[in-house]
Amino acid sequence: MANYKYHILICGGTGCHASQSAQIKINFEQLIVEKNLTDDVQIVETGCFGFCEKGPIVKMLPDNTFYTQVKPEDCKEIIEEHIIKGRKVERLLYLDPTSQEHKADSKHMGFYKKQLRIALRNCGFINPENIDEYIARDGYKALATVLEQNDPQATIDIIKKSGLRGRGGGGFPTGLKWEICSKNNADQKYMICNADEGDPGAFMDRSILEGDPHTIIEAMIIGGFCIGATKGLIYIRAEYPLAIHRLQVALEQAREYGLLGKNLFGTDFDFDIELRYGAGAFVCGEETALIHSMEGLRGEPTFKPPFPAQEGYLKKPSNVNNVETFANIPVIINKGWEWFSSIGTEKSKGTKVFALAGQINNVGLIEVPMGITLREVIYEIGGGIKGGKKFKAVQTGGPSGGCLTEKFLDTPIDYDNLIAAGSMMGSGGMIVMDETSCMVSVAKFYLEFTVEESCGKCSPCRIGNKRLHEILEKITQGKGTMEDLDSLRNLAQVIKDTALCGLGQTSPNPVLSTIDNFWDEYVAHVVDKKCPAGQCKALKKYIIDPEKCIGCTACARVCPTNAITGTVKMPHEINQELCIKCGSCYEKCKFNAISIK
Amino acid sequence: MEKIKSLADLKKKREDLQSNLKLRELGDNVDNLIQVKVAMATCGIASGAKQVMEVIINECNKRNLPVVVTQTGCMGYCYAEPTVEVKKPGQEAVVFGYITPAKAEELVNKYLAGNELLDGIIPVNYEKIDNK
Repeated sequence: MANYKYHILICGGTGCHASQSAQIKINFEQLIVEKNLTDDVQIVETGCFGFCEKGPIVKMLPDNTFYTQVKPEDCKEIIEEHIIKGRKVERLLYLDPTSQEHKADSKHMGFYKKQLRIALRNCGFINPENIDEYIARDGYKALATVLEQNDPQATIDIIKKSGLRGRGGGGFPTGLKWEICSKNNADQKYMICNADEGDPGAFMDRSILEGDPHTIIEAMIIGGFCIGATKGLIYIRAEYPLAIHRLQVALEQAREYGLLGKNLFGTDFDFDIELRYGAGAFVCGEETALIHSMEGLRGEPTFKPPFPAQEGYLKKPSNVNNVETFANIPVIINKGWEWFSSIGTEKSKGTKVFALAGQINNVGLIEVPMGITLREVIYEIGGGIKGGKKFKAVQTGGPSGGCLTEKFLDTPIDYDNLIAAGSMMGSGGMIVMDETSCMVSVAKFYLEFTVEESCGKCSPCRIGNKRLHEILEKITQGKGTMEDLDSLRNLAQVIKDTALCGLGQTSPNPVLSTIDNFWDEYVAHVVDKKCPAGQCKALKKYIIDPEKCIGCTACARVCPTNAITGTVKMPHEINQELCIKCGSCYEKCKFNAISIK
Repeated sequence: MEKIKSLADLKKKREDLQSNLKLRELGDNVDNLIQVKVAMATCGIASGAKQVMEVIINECNKRNLPVVVTQTGCMGYCYAEPTVEVKKPGQEAVVFGYITPAKAEELVNKYLAGNELLDGIIPVNYEKIDNK
């Protein structure tokens, strides 16, 4: 067992590799042998530091020194100065662009500010099943402050001034929502948490509930106090068993500590929370449908007004907020609205959690200040496109959102900019697509989802989306016409204008935004009967190049439909009538003789 | 269980917890303990975090190492699950990704018992709000 005194971490990300980090590693390895340091120093290659523009990055442990733009020839100096003499190599330290000072410790560097964790502050840090860890991290302090102050309007004002907007997608100002509900008088009101996260690819709410359930409980009590509700309800989908379990544990622990129940913090305010399980219907994320589902009715939306703040759960004034929105509340109260509103853009304050998915290297959950650009998210935090392929688009907002293309890479991300760009914030799913994604198929995929999830109450959504999906299917089959493209656009517009709820009104967005941004790709499908990305099966054609084929028969043997014929050592041929475009021959051929047309 | 009845109660509780437990539950010598956190959200568990946690606990017990192993939520590095964070006394925490049960054993033997790092380190690149 080795007991190293120093560790040299070398960034092994794609960017640093391109600037010779592999050679740096080799140089260090040779140097420690030369200097007889193999028992003291270990050299390790790590994942991407996310600071590619200053790469290659070398980090020294245990003293946390961060060297940037290291060249292979610098290794000697680092070993001789840093390891042997214990002196930092000043010229390789990060130069702070504003102060022009060299910073040794990575914590003071700007790129760490790319991600700021407010809603996720405790996720991956505390044990979610232990309330003590939450309390030790200032948990329930915001609630205590609010209750001791005993001025609901003052708290609502703090939330209003912080500029917090609903993180579930719509972006309605949270403080205003609370204020409206607080002004409606009733014998009973309800504080409801929407944990019915349904966007494909989004899982931040689940992660918050699994990693930090108490923050939601605390925020709901605060909200309940502000609007005058004594009952809280969490509507959570049954597909989230771990989140449900952790919530149940958390509720139990909070009750034991007297943080839920009667006379909280010695005041006369009572509050308790119940869980309600949803069956996972997408439409139940819409607040009126959610409320109906909780009442035991069909999960169908109803026309607003009346808004839930007037007539919600059991016809009583109710306030519905999303999980991520709640997760911001205790921090805003503890740190002040001034602090919170100093983060973000003019109209979108604070941070947003995004679930990065698709063709990106670092799939995962990130939390970034509003106003960050897509480029920073994809290339610096996300580590770039998988396999070094070319970026094509990013889909935000799930089935209600749209695609953002290269021209939006440098647009600051906030609620309003995303809408202006033809997409929306949505709950924060971000699906990154590379050049091999067919945009018509992407639109079709989302339409499939909406058709499946439509509650069927209004005809624009029930019938219109079905027709949209049929037209898209026709186009991907190579049977589309230019008239179809016109009807796609018209129909999409009609659904947008006439559907009853948010789900229906936004469901044509994937179609509209791909038509706008990738018109040529639609035309290629319709006019040239070609799929530029090579994804649409019906439009693919596998062809054997007789020049390259040596007649090894490997393809003929692997073909499931016996579509390939030919004699040994003679070029083979594919019968296009029989070919089902499975691609087996393409993968099998060792001579690159088969191509896709 | 004693109920928390006022802000003063809560503050006292928090101070007790912070000083005595320092976020972990194991007695007074927490500063000398190695803290290991296994990310156990759905993504982690789906990629085998439960087995990994078991292996770490068993291996540490076998060697009688001064280690506290706890579960935590999603650290956000879903591409590299299961992920494990190790914080040695007086040192920066190091996050290891792609920890299979076999690698977990290696982690205990090499890094926890010795001081040898493993491949698959994920540099932490976010800012916490604590100091703001």
